[in-house]
Amino acid sequence: MKNIDSKTHTRGESIYLDDIPLIQGTLFGCVYGSPIAHGKLKGIDLAEALKVEGVVQIYTHKDITGENQIGGIVPDEPLLAEHHVDFCGMPVAFVVAETDEAARHAAKLIKADIEPLPVITDPREAQALGQLIVPPRTHRLGDIDAAWQQCEYIFEGQADTNGQEHLYIETQGAYAIPQENDAIKLYSSTQSPRATQAASCKVTGLPMHQVEVDVIRLGGGFGGKEDQANAWAALCALAAHTLKKPVKYSLDRMEDMRMTGKRHPYSSDFKIGLDKNYKILAYDVTFYQNAGAAADLSPAVLERTLFHCTNSYFIPNVKAVAYSCRTHLPPNTAFRGFGGPQGMFVIEAAINKAAENLGVNATVIQKANLNKTGDEFAYGQKAESESHACWEKAEDIYNIESVIKETDWFNKTNVLYKKGISFMPICFGISFTNTMMNQARALVHVYTDGSVSVSTGAVEMGQGVNTKMIQVASHVFAISPDKVKLKSTSTDRVANTSPSAASATADLNGKATYLACTAIAERLLAVAAEELHVDVSTLSLKDEFVCANGKNTEIDWKRLVMMAFFKRVNLSEHAHYATPIIHYDKLKEKGHPFAYHVYGTAITEVTIDCLRGTYTIDAVKVVHDFGQSMNPMIDRGQIEGGIVQGLGWMTIEELIYDKDGKLRSNALSTYKVPDIYSVPKVLDIDFLDNSKDNLAIFRSKAVGEPPLMYGIGAFFALRNAIKTFNPKAQVPFSAPMTPEKTLMALYSKPLQPDQEKNEETTSSLEVNSQ
Amino acid sequence: MTKFILNNKEITTVLPQGMLLLDFIRYQQNLKGTKIGCREGDCGACTVLLGELKDGQVKYQSATSCLTPLGNIHNKHVVTVEGVNMEALNPIQQAMCDTGGTQCGFCTPGFIVSMAGYCLSDAEPTQQNAVAAVDGNICRCTGYKSIERALDKLNVLLADKPGQDATTFVTEKAILPSYFISIPERLKLLQASANGTQPKPAARFVGGGTDLYVQQHEAMVYADIDFLAPKQELKGVSLNSDTCTIGGATTVTQFASSPIIQKAFANVQQYVELVSSTPIRNIATFAGNFVNASPIGDFSIFFLALDAQLEMRDGTSTRNIPLRQFYKGYKTLDKQPQEYISKFSFRLPDANTLFNFEKVSKRTHLDIASVNSAIELVMNGDTITVASISAGGVGPTPLYLTKASAFFTGKTLTEDLVLEAIEIAQTEVSPISDARGTDDYKRLLLGQLIKAHFIKLFPALQIDKLLTLAV
Repeated sequence: MKNIDSKTHTRGESIYLDDIPLIQGTLFGCVYGSPIAHGKLKGIDLAEALKVEGVVQIYTHKDITGENQIGGIVPDEPLLAEHHVDFCGMPVAFVVAETDEAARHAAKLIKADIEPLPVITDPREAQALGQLIVPPRTHRLGDIDAAWQQCEYIFEGQADTNGQEHLYIETQGAYAIPQENDAIKLYSSTQSPRATQAASCKVTGLPMHQVEVDVIRLGGGFGGKEDQANAWAALCALAAHTLKKPVKYSLDRMEDMRMTGKRHPYSSDFKIGLDKNYKILAYDVTFYQNAGAAADLSPAVLERTLFHCTNSYFIPNVKAVAYSCRTHLPPNTAFRGFGGPQGMFVIEAAINKAAENLGVNATVIQKANLNKTGDEFAYGQKAESESHACWEKAEDIYNIESVIKETDWFNKTNVLYKKGISFMPICFGISFTNTMMNQARALVHVYTDGSVSVSTGAVEMGQGVNTKMIQVASHVFAISPDKVKLKSTSTDRVANTSPSAASATADLNGKATYLACTAIAERLLAVAAEELHVDVSTLSLKDEFVCANGKNTEIDWKRLVMMAFFKRVNLSEHAHYATPIIHYDKLKEKGHPFAYHVYGTAITEVTIDCLRGTYTIDAVKVVHDFGQSMNPMIDRGQIEGGIVQGLGWMTIEELIYDKDGKLRSNALSTYKVPDIYSVPKVLDIDFLDNSKDNLAIFRSKAVGEPPLMYGIGAFFALRNAIKTFNPKAQVPFSAPMTPEKTLMALYSKPLQPDQEKNEETTSSLEVNSQ
Repeated sequence: MTKFILNNKEITTVLPQGMLLLDFIRYQQNLKGTKIGCREGDCGACTVLLGELKDGQVKYQSATSCLTPLGNIHNKHVVTVEGVNMEALNPIQQAMCDTGGTQCGFCTPGFIVSMAGYCLSDAEPTQQNAVAAVDGNICRCTGYKSIERALDKLNVLLADKPGQDATTFVTEKAILPSYFISIPERLKLLQASANGTQPKPAARFVGGGTDLYVQQHEAMVYADIDFLAPKQELKGVSLNSDTCTIGGATTVTQFASSPIIQKAFANVQQYVELVSSTPIRNIATFAGNFVNASPIGDFSIFFLALDAQLEMRDGTSTRNIPLRQFYKGYKTLDKQPQEYISKFSFRLPDANTLFNFEKVSKRTHLDIASVNSAIELVMNGDTITVASISAGGVGPTPLYLTKASAFFTGKTLTEDLVLEAIEIAQTEVSPISDARGTDDYKRLLLGQLIKAHFIKLFPALQIDKLLTLAV
């Protein structure tokens, strides 16, 4: 089934936040953000800004009617700065004016008196100063101290990954419309309607039943609109609440890039020990997460880094420590993979470091250590593994031996160009790691004409979740998908939603929809059984008819519904689903946090231009564990899109903050995401045939996040190609591998034996002001 | 006053001509299919088609409406996604639906419009041309593969498309609505009616607007503007003996499709593809590129090597100045506010002249250079008679490398000569670290690009002697 939105998308008729028709009298907001990254806020001069024609009011923290606090996990994030500013772009004031133009113009005239304080951008520096968001977390398995004794080989190093801008093409925004008796209807481009509602209520002082958050769809989210959507919504709600007028704020691109958090940059130290057969016996890793100025979702992201720090490998002795470090960058946040990719990069770096020193191909070590069903992860859960199945199938169907031969021949016969290959296995846990969040609800109405409406807590942002929900309803009722309408995501219809995140949205909301539809279907069949004087167990729904023992009766869907209505049978259901089995003890750091894992293997082939330092990603060939895909077109789209986003993170997407904490890659002209020319020429995806039972909806495993991590393969393929050109090249484990880093590595000075670690920790540099 | 046809509707507006077409479409006409993604021509979500009457036919090109002022669409046909909608999905839209080419959908209307432009163009239906048509559209969801599959489907539909009069073909095949057939007559009527506003003497000049509107879009809305792009007398490529003259308002697309240029620069298409994207090249002008004075302006670098001579006008007098003397410092020019570049000329490369252009950026396409460079070599056998090398991104202005160029004069080419020239070039540059790279990188890259010039132009050179590793 095609994405149900594709028709209106291609006709330009889909409605996003900025497309909602304006109510007369709508006012427009614009944030004045701190011009510097850290300082004492001594005063704000609004005089010039207030003179601008059309300015209605300028809000500072003093004007907040509720609490000046929007922190989700930790209450450490004021909506508007009070006595300090903690990052560049931190909202200080909110201008509300009669036109968008006036609001933006006035915001430029605001002056803040800020006494500068030292700026920290490096997470290691923050950790050394004790600047932590939450206490450090440690995962342990086996006895690491004893294990080193048994290791034949031990290697240490450092591995860094930069952040990533979400670059949803639709920027953030909100539109608050006052209703009678102090209520507010709030349109928001949010992945998390409940969080947006809660933050808006906290700031205005309104109870949650007074604020309805309604989401039609997002023009991309990728995690960037999970907690980061709340500030704009709360500001609009505050202004609408106090002015009793509709207030809208749709951020422009530079405001969005400057003020919002991104994927967390990480700097990490690793130590890996192997026996003589290249079995990894011990792995010790320390993660320094650059959380930015406030917690946001950082503690949860940190946790997932730990959960995925051994990727698809079984390592019997593990110690993994993670610090969430407070710096003066915008609060970093969720981004597809949610800390998992950062954890996986480090183990891959460690394996590559070992391989390079042992003079073997990294694949030898990778393959020798893939996990098997029954192997224990450091957090206590036992694997139900498809690692070997995916890896071996990839080797087989993609003829890896001949690819290697061709690559070797190419490299022997070419001077200017070199090719590189890598394998990237993945293993990604599905469920919110915070067990409490693994719940969802769906509200299903069957109308008397036989049409059906479904409301869930899922937010459609391109991932096709609404299409999947329709598939569930039309499957259970055995009716055409045209008869099912997916409603917008509203906190009035479905309350207390978990965010659309963690790849789990279709599973959670799909199961809730399934339960709701099944309950209605059972009631309907009971009505039919009574009418037909047969046992209900002989009845089923098929192709819009009631069937008895598999044969059509005279009762079709419409008649059935009407019959039930006349018999005063409830045609609506509000169902609740909570994932079974899962649990986790944070004190012991053990449990069974995931409903299941998703596995896969990607082979990446690249060619670098050794003259210019540029490169092409020639192919990414994947074997992916879909379970049994309920929508191959949508799932393929998720895999392709995820891979390309992962490739972007590992290659050309480079966040650049200067030492003052100012974002220098602050527009699409300076922050480059993949375009149509930079994607792999070949992108093959093989569906691993896997009919085993699992907790996914219709056994169709989650697809949102896992494919992003295939992109990590590109870093190591490029690294291999560089080493082919210059075997003594210094190629730090520092992603992304931009053309700059590639060229610098190609012509780098040979590595000295005592230079064990990378010099760079974050991608920050001094930029001359212009 | 601005008059144009928007989709199937004649428009006359007295709104400021500096206003952006994007804002007019969305907020004056309430056509919300055209999306705002970046307002700097880098995402393509706001792509529209601009149709211009030429020899009785309307020629369509894609353009980013976020950088197109109303003053530049006078007498044109503007097509938004709403203008390609028919009762049912059109075959372009159907192809995108069938291949899953749309996910969140926000970029999709831009892609659909670019694809419609491709159908309306004279381009042959090849995979390369189809991809080029959407090279200014960024999608963050799909990874483009499903969009490539949609383009393949589209090419099947276009297999019988004739080399000209695509409009008749696509309307007959019901790929696009039939009203397109009526547009040439309607544009003629529009042009016949009196319109246009004379700018005041103090006006600011706007060419394509692709840089100016990125930098100062708020200030430009109410500015008094003299729009140069619509002036036909400032457009075109001509040849007189061995001197090639190009109008200041000539667009990059016009330049690259000129037979004169294609004959003299065999690789012009490759060079041009390194410069921004199709919709930007359709509206960006050479004068704009020169005047913007970006230290990495691609065509400033291109024409510094070719020693272009600029003709400047101020309405009353005319003067000439070499491009090599035009740049006085960071963003400062030898140009009075009332002057504009009317045209420029250069000696067209002959059989003894070699030319090459190199550019490296973070992303190969639709990106600003970290370093770019051009070279012109006049050869007499193995001897270099004249060398002209330019480089961008390595100083406050686009640089002509005087010393490195002079060093080659009268010398026989060897690998060592190239390496020595690179050492000299390093003394002429002063790169800074910024978002496009560190100074060390830019220095290394400059050397590599000079090597690249020679490796490309002289295949007999020993590459391993040039690619020297550090020890």
